[in-house]
Amino acid sequence: MPLSKLLPGIWKNQNYSAMEYETVIGLEVHLHLKTKTKAFCGCSTEFGQAPNSQVCPVCLGFPGSLPVLNKVALDYAIKVALALNCQVQEYTKFDRKNYFYPDLPKNYQISQYDLPVSRDGFLNIESDDKTERVAIRRVHLEEDAGKLIHQENLSLVDFNRTGIPLLEIVSEPDINSPQEAYDYLVALKSLIGYLDVSDCDMEKGSLRCDANISIRKKGAKELGVKTELKNMNSFKAVKEALSFEVERQTELLKKGKSIVQETRLWDAKELKTVSMRTKEEAQDYRYFPEPDLTAFIINKEKIDEIKKTIPELPKEKAGRFMKEYGLSEYDAKILVSNKRNADYAEERLKAWPDENKKSVANWLIGPLAAVASTTNIEISQVNIPAHNFLELVDLVEKKTNYL
Amino acid sequence: MNKLTAHELIEKSGKGEITAAEIFNSLKKRIKDIDSQVKAYVRLADSLDSQPEPANTQLPLKGISVSIKDNICTRGYNTECCSKILAGFKPPYDATVIRKLKEAGAAILTLKTNMDEFAFGSSTENSCFGPTHNPWDLDVVPGGSSGGSAAAVASDSAIMALGSDTGGSIRQPASFCGVVGLKPTYGRVSRYGLIAFASSLDQIGPITKDVRDSAILMNAISGYDPYDSTSINMDVPDYTKSLGMDIEGVKIGIPEEYFVEGLDKEIKTIVQEAINKLKSLGADYKSVSLPHSQYAIPVYYIVATAEASSNLARFDGVQYGFRAQGVKSNLIDMYKKTRGDGFGEEAKRRIILGTYALSHGYYDAYYLRALKVRTLIKQDFDKVFEKFDCVVTPTSPTAAFKIGEKIKDPLKMYLSDIYTISANLAGIPAISIPCGFTKKGLPVGLQILAKPFNEEMLFRVAYAFEQATPWHLEKPKL
Repeated sequence: MPLSKLLPGIWKNQNYSAMEYETVIGLEVHLHLKTKTKAFCGCSTEFGQAPNSQVCPVCLGFPGSLPVLNKVALDYAIKVALALNCQVQEYTKFDRKNYFYPDLPKNYQISQYDLPVSRDGFLNIESDDKTERVAIRRVHLEEDAGKLIHQENLSLVDFNRTGIPLLEIVSEPDINSPQEAYDYLVALKSLIGYLDVSDCDMEKGSLRCDANISIRKKGAKELGVKTELKNMNSFKAVKEALSFEVERQTELLKKGKSIVQETRLWDAKELKTVSMRTKEEAQDYRYFPEPDLTAFIINKEKIDEIKKTIPELPKEKAGRFMKEYGLSEYDAKILVSNKRNADYAEERLKAWPDENKKSVANWLIGPLAAVASTTNIEISQVNIPAHNFLELVDLVEKKTNYL
Repeated sequence: MNKLTAHELIEKSGKGEITAAEIFNSLKKRIKDIDSQVKAYVRLADSLDSQPEPANTQLPLKGISVSIKDNICTRGYNTECCSKILAGFKPPYDATVIRKLKEAGAAILTLKTNMDEFAFGSSTENSCFGPTHNPWDLDVVPGGSSGGSAAAVASDSAIMALGSDTGGSIRQPASFCGVVGLKPTYGRVSRYGLIAFASSLDQIGPITKDVRDSAILMNAISGYDPYDSTSINMDVPDYTKSLGMDIEGVKIGIPEEYFVEGLDKEIKTIVQEAINKLKSLGADYKSVSLPHSQYAIPVYYIVATAEASSNLARFDGVQYGFRAQGVKSNLIDMYKKTRGDGFGEEAKRRIILGTYALSHGYYDAYYLRALKVRTLIKQDFDKVFEKFDCVVTPTSPTAAFKIGEKIKDPLKMYLSDIYTISANLAGIPAISIPCGFTKKGLPVGLQILAKPFNEEMLFRVAYAFEQATPWHLEKPKL
């Protein structure tokens, strides 16, 4: 067990090496878009169905079949890009990323290389009681691969997931600590939840995150040698893997050793990262424009139309809660962290007759949240009708003695 | 009956004089009589047992059987691209052109014709089933890659046929076999169900006994297909309406770059006579320049092989087709052995060329540069078509060559497509029609090219020429 597990206190305050070194992290997040059908064919995207029950010649990559873009996937990609303050590109195209793997039936993935749907945005996140701006390098659309199921002497492929639209969101190396990486993921998930374009469920694989991390002397201009971390199955695992890497890389540098540029896998049982492949072993994906799809022109009208579908986002909503309901910034931010909770809270805040809504907020964030967490549900899933809830608050507030 | 053209048979079938079954039976007999020599067909057993439905006289094709190149998917019926690696592959769906042919009243569509493996070749020698022989001389090649389709039509063992054309694979065999072959504008005919060689160049098109049949088959297969993102949503004219229009005042460009060294003298003379014939029919011609023609072959062999290397990656033994047996160790070995044993020599050569052209550090120098030159080649044609209605050239620099003559020299083989490749790079339509015979009695083809979506101009000029000449009526002695 690494030191971090035994002595969390040290981690929170950063250890002594943090005085000399700083951490640079960039995240690549893959989201399954919640379209009804796959990115390039008409198959259903429903999760958890019988293996290979949601397939057709196109997503199986049968000879002669051709992809046709699901326009809804492109609309969702534009929606996310706009919410991330990105520049939506007027002209976008798809490319083929070539590599052999049995879960990839064409042995190439339709992705985007040099002309992604959008680039150059940012996401404001709350970290360590401060608002930090993380720059977004690009947002692009691609197709997911299938799933390998290994048995003794035998591997099986389930192609149900093959061709589900994936949105890749790549941040700049703008993140300075494992905690900040965690906070970025929380903020991103909250935003995507508002946009209602992905379930963002890491356990079901609808959100995946790879991380690039390097260490450098404080104040240095050049980036250090980075490692790429894969195989993290929760936000917590992302943070743990990054923390492990900070420690590992710092130790190496302190000993005067150099970092090897490589891809490392997080081992959630052993709580450590292990080398998967070095840069020399990295694949040449031989990207080239996908000739089976034409380029797409995204005009201003389309962008305006999609802009209209973007609801009030957490930041604006928190501001409005503070203004309209007189909530503190702290309370407002907690209540808007996910859209369902925000709607649940607003229904109750609105219905409360008193000018002073503070007591309702306190009840939502305090006792109700506590009840929810004991049963592992979120506030919005606590099944107490609004009028009953408000009656309770009313009774307690008035300190009515029923006895 | 098998000797008649489709339009003659359609007329008789429409009048109730003959049935679809009779047409098919006469084909069957012809195939049994001569195909052991020509070898235009692959896997005949099942199809010859089929029985056509009674022809629906309301539908344009009225029970005509159409022979199909082995790279066009036919539901439940082997489609193998004449490659060992696709052995036993039965597509679970019909190509869009097959569906359209059925809807137009065609009968048997499972007569599959021989081809160079994955359409890689110009002689049909690269087939895992062995070569097809030219009906005009069994010792020479029928051209390729659609050599089976062209030889079947030329030997009257097909009424008409579909081929595919990536760099000349319809027109060059049509020229070598003395039949009519058309490569439509890129996007005119759906590629859905055509097993891809080079996606940005491939088009399916007709190989027929005369120009009218070509127009009839184009009417049946053309049009927008929502399942092919590169097909174009434009109305399809009735191509038979272009037949019989005079060519008075039609402006023809003759590219000077096509009549230089490398062009066989005999071919040059025959094509020159054909141009004079067009002039005597009222057309005007003038020399034009297509200055980037000289780069067409290198550009083609970069773009086409790059796309092919990616398109053929899916043949890995995992889901369908051939898988090498006896590999116990691991996945990579299974891939290597399957692809090593499953692909023929030319397929491997092109996969390696294409992989190289796309590799890190070479992409800009090869693939990207090739795309830029491709644009220049297209612009050459755009410029010519501002002033001219069509361009006329030889289809191939030589007549059909001997089997085995060029198979060991890929560069020589590649040069036999020198006049046809540009149309694919530019995406424009082109037709090859018979325009004479060499002293040895081998057919010579005349190529006509027009601007995108102007197949009507091709039909107009080709039909006028055909009606004024006897070449399409000649039949090989078999």
